[in-house]
Amino acid sequence: MIRFDKVSKHYPDGTVAVDSLDLVAPSGQITVFVGPSGCGKTTSLRMINRMIEPTSGKIWLDDKDTSTIPTHELRRQIGYVIQHAGLFPHRTILDNIATVPLLLGWDRKKARARSRELLERVGLPGHFADRYPAQLSGGQQQRVGVARALAADPPVMLMDEPFSAVDPIARDQLQEEFLRLQNELGKTIVFVTHDIDEAIKLGDQVAVLRVGGRLAQLATPGQLLSEPADAFVAAFVGRDRGYRALGFTPAGKLAIRDEATIAMGSALAGAESADGWLLAVDDQGAPQGWLRLAEVDRAKSVTEDLLHRGGTVADQDGSLRSYLDACLSSPSGRGVIVDGTGRLAGTVTAAEVLAVIEQRSAAQPAEQQQAVGQQAVGQPVVEQPVGGSQ
Amino acid sequence: MIQYFRDNQDQVLNWLAWHAWLSALPLVLGLLIALPLGWLARRYRWLYPPLVTVAGLLYTIPSLALFILLPGLLKTRILDPNNVVVALTIYTVALLVRVVADALGAVPNEVLQAATAMGYRRIGRLLKVELPIAVPVIAAGLRVAAVSNVSLVSVAALIGVPELGQLFTNGFQLSYQAPILLGILLSVLLALLFDTVIQLAARVLTPWRRAVAR
Amino acid sequence: MITDIWNWLSAAEHWHGPDGIPIHLKEHLQYSLIALLIAAAIALPLGLLIGHTGRGGFAVVAIANSFRALPTVGLLTFFVILIAPHIHSTGEATYLIPSEIVLVLLAIPSMLTNTYAGVSAVDPAVRDAAQGMGMRGSQTLWQVELPNALPLIFSGIRSSFLQVIATATITAYVSLGGLGRYLIDGLAQQDYPQMASGAVLVAVLALLIDVALAVVQRYAVSRGITGRYSRKRIVDPAEQKAVIAAAPLT
Repeated sequence: MIRFDKVSKHYPDGTVAVDSLDLVAPSGQITVFVGPSGCGKTTSLRMINRMIEPTSGKIWLDDKDTSTIPTHELRRQIGYVIQHAGLFPHRTILDNIATVPLLLGWDRKKARARSRELLERVGLPGHFADRYPAQLSGGQQQRVGVARALAADPPVMLMDEPFSAVDPIARDQLQEEFLRLQNELGKTIVFVTHDIDEAIKLGDQVAVLRVGGRLAQLATPGQLLSEPADAFVAAFVGRDRGYRALGFTPAGKLAIRDEATIAMGSALAGAESADGWLLAVDDQGAPQGWLRLAEVDRAKSVTEDLLHRGGTVADQDGSLRSYLDACLSSPSGRGVIVDGTGRLAGTVTAAEVLAVIEQRSAAQPAEQQQAVGQQAVGQPVVEQPVGGSQ
Repeated sequence: MIQYFRDNQDQVLNWLAWHAWLSALPLVLGLLIALPLGWLARRYRWLYPPLVTVAGLLYTIPSLALFILLPGLLKTRILDPNNVVVALTIYTVALLVRVVADALGAVPNEVLQAATAMGYRRIGRLLKVELPIAVPVIAAGLRVAAVSNVSLVSVAALIGVPELGQLFTNGFQLSYQAPILLGILLSVLLALLFDTVIQLAARVLTPWRRAVAR
Repeated sequence: MITDIWNWLSAAEHWHGPDGIPIHLKEHLQYSLIALLIAAAIALPLGLLIGHTGRGGFAVVAIANSFRALPTVGLLTFFVILIAPHIHSTGEATYLIPSEIVLVLLAIPSMLTNTYAGVSAVDPAVRDAAQGMGMRGSQTLWQVELPNALPLIFSGIRSSFLQVIATATITAYVSLGGLGRYLIDGLAQQDYPQMASGAVLVAVLALLIDVALAVVQRYAVSRGITGRYSRKRIVDPAEQKAVIAAAPLT
């Protein structure tokens, strides 16, 4: 657990980077600091491992005041991941990962073995061990950076915009793997980003900071989207809030209807459908696309080039948002829902999903009051963000 | 020291003039030769490594050795000042070829693309875009060459060439400090003069840098 | 001229005796190495310190650069006539000590500025990561900054060594030994073959030393920095899958 106790940072020229910050980053959870440039998020992060010293206030690591622990001892207990990884160019990947264990005095063999273990954990092939950082791509280097931070198994991790310098596809992948890793390891993580979408995707709780280093709101992602504290937070969180908030609501027991299908490769003669659209599936039962019966040549069989493939597909256990998007993007107007293995579960229509949404928001005020009440006490409400496509 | 100067004024000024000439001429010649060579080393990438290697080798040869070997090659007398000019030109070129090549290489690619897209042909782009941008780096290299040349010229006193170095040899032979100190002082002042002139010239040629600094 | 030089160099008597090539070669290397080691002992730690702490850099570099403007012959003659009379020794020391002072003064600037530049140029992200992981100042310096600064440091050492060898040639003028002896004596005796042969020897020595140092540099500097590894970019199969998966639909 990390606790900020009225922490401030003032610079001699008068700038206030952080202004009396009070918050708790609970153990085993990801707390994200987010805000515009100059809001003090990176400064606050770097005060935890004393790369920057606070001008006033204290920071507590569990029950210890961080200012009483010698700095290098403190830092060796905290994993530190920065934007451009900062890998040592003159050392191999293996030796890079083994840095902190070696600093702590581990046996060299043990440290190297641990390195290999972590290399695998972060999803990199074993033969990378003897390569040098310059031979890896940005995304790969970042993974090594994370592995390096995990090497000595610290309970706390600090991450300063670790995925910002990477291209969007790699970033998405890194974020997914990061969540998976955290699921396995349960570290106390403080994560800094300027990207509100990343904050919402990754955080168990999110601290929005405003320019001048004041805390604007501390809440779960869901609450942030549905109950922004003021105009600044609302603007920062951005548009489509209602839609994005649906990503945090599981669809639950929403009724799915059965859908007639046609197998790939089968003959088109005799195929029928109520509204002229027919869903094609492969031999595993996984949906491939929609056929428009009016435009096909009945003499032929079902082939890929005949399919309309524009729609997204929602997982049965997914969020309301994924269900709604499946409906909106479907060529036929019916959203395709699949089960955990990718096989067709059924379809829904946008109207059905909206009906459920309206039902639920009518029931909501009671739940919200409960959530707000808990927040006031200082304990954040933890809501697991729903996985699957958003 | 001042007394020595007054007593030998004509002689010293004569040597000073020679020294300035022997330092400056190689700079000009060296630059004129290094510019096309450096450009070639950029244009034809495969030329860069051999050119830079040969330049490095030439620069490695100690000055006194070169001053002595050149008369044999050029069939001049040993104390002919032209040996010094040729030797120092070689050093200047050896130093500047790499500097010019790297300076031209440091021009941002986007700038080159924009210039070509606007219709500049190769020569025009070189003269109007690449060289002006490369001026600061080339000027820095030229300053090093200038200061280095001023020091090297005095080595030629050992083989009898008339320049400030004669003050050192005279002083040494007579165990007399004054001429040596005078020689060091004038040498340093001359080097400072060249350094300042080159810096000013660079500033004049790059008005955009002054604008930013303000 | 080439035949003259060849004849001179292949004459057996030039390889024996107190005026022989091996002796003068040894002297030349001795003078040079002493100066280089002393200068390195001063310049390298100082450069590391300034680069690591980031303080005093500008002043020190400015002073070091101004040393370059000093004429070597002037310094040599000045120091010799200044100091030699005060040294009461019959041997070489009278001229060796002032000469070594000058050689050291000339060797310091290159090593100092290059070491300082090398350490300062270490990627700030790398330095930040090292500190953030809990390395103490000295650990950061030795384990991270120094290895990464090696290319420039070596460059400085090479440059200084060449400077010293070249100037050691000139010390023959102030009565020392070394290969410069052939140049100075040859001049006095109007013996061009001797002068030219000496010049060739000096040039070859300088070249050989430079090559030797280049080889040492190649093996001393980590491969991660010089880039001496296969340039094939390693493709991560997992990444490739992600690219394909990000394509629209299904």
